[in-house]
Amino acid sequence: MNKKNSDGLAADDLAKSEMVRLLSIVGRERSVEAFEAIFRYYAPRIRSFMVMKTKDRQAAEELMQETMTAVWNKAGQFDPARGNVSAWIYTIARNVRIDAYRRKRPEFDFNDPAFVADDVAPADQEFQQLQEAQLLRGAMETLPEEQLDVLRRAFFDDVSHSTIARDLGVPLGTVKSRIRLAFEKLRSSLEGRL
Amino acid sequence: MSVKHHISDAFLIDYASGTLSEGWSLAVATHLALCPKCRKRLAAMEGAAGALLDKSAESGGEDVAWARFKARTIDVKVEEIKPVAASPKVPPVLPEPLRSYLGGDLGDLKWRALGRGAYQILIDTKDTETQVRLLRIPAGKPVPEHTHEGRELTLVLAGSFRDGDDLFARGDIEEADGDLLHTPTATEGEDCICLAVTEAPLKFSSWIVRLMQPILKI
Ligand SMILES: [Zn+2]
Repeated sequence: MNKKNSDGLAADDLAKSEMVRLLSIVGRERSVEAFEAIFRYYAPRIRSFMVMKTKDRQAAEELMQETMTAVWNKAGQFDPARGNVSAWIYTIARNVRIDAYRRKRPEFDFNDPAFVADDVAPADQEFQQLQEAQLLRGAMETLPEEQLDVLRRAFFDDVSHSTIARDLGVPLGTVKSRIRLAFEKLRSSLEGRL
Repeated sequence: MSVKHHISDAFLIDYASGTLSEGWSLAVATHLALCPKCRKRLAAMEGAAGALLDKSAESGGEDVAWARFKARTIDVKVEEIKPVAASPKVPPVLPEPLRSYLGGDLGDLKWRALGRGAYQILIDTKDTETQVRLLRIPAGKPVPEHTHEGRELTLVLAGSFRDGDDLFARGDIEEADGDLLHTPTATEGEDCICLAVTEAPLKFSSWIVRLMQPILKI
């Protein structure tokens, strides 16, 4: 089980809960100061995410600015119970990139009356999500570089598994098994939660 | 009653990364609307992507970038969030995003007969890789015209079907590929309504290639 308590949080985890706090302030008060801290942390990261696909710094800069604009506009919709600012910002950057390439990615709608909600109480969920985000980051640290590399290509390069295999000069089955091994590891770190 | 048959990691990671094409994504997203468990799996994948994002900084010119951002965005008004439409009293059978693709719930649909009591509606996407349709299979009858090449996703929305020993009910998704011989059959008592996504017929693309050959000289 998770041994860390509130006194023993890793520096990385502290930085993450700080981001949750800052983003909530932006959502509530439109604080430019709080947003600047978020911007300075995420802008270089989103830029490098965008460079992976576009291979063009100018275009990547534009898509980064667009992503941060969406983060600023949607800050009020960020749900602290979902706990993970980096994951949320990743999904926004991903959607900006999908739009830029004129593709479509249908999504479910939380407000749809036919939507089947989770039966966990929101308060418990908030605690769980924070814990899970920590466990996940810990597990990511233990993945071998070759698995991390394949995950990075899958999430950032926006290419098919067969393209990843070709780029790496390995069989398609190897790419698939690295992805599978990585998620087995991440899943076992969240044992009983997924 | 909870969902028993889930989407595989392979489809889910491609949906998480945004690589999955529109037709497959429609089936995955509609399954996610009905399945809290797979939404947690998706959140874990997006969490992993977020952790990778934390680790990949391309530094350079943050002062300039921030100044540009402030000038362009901060003083501009926030986009209005569109109000949520009031929920109807009886929840629809078809969840989003599928309902919007069909332009309504079950009662509003115009079915086309396939013969032997089965009906379908072809669903239009911009995706040339897949063919997407809603199927209505009469109770106790097999799924018609069931020859396909390549991958297939079938998501049950009403009623149920059996495939071998497995029962697929509302929310369950079956993944099959061309190698697998299977004969899904609707369960007695209720028609089965399911969303079926298959790879676009290969014949069609090879016919196009044949037509183009003399022009392209390939
Ligand atoms: Zn599921």
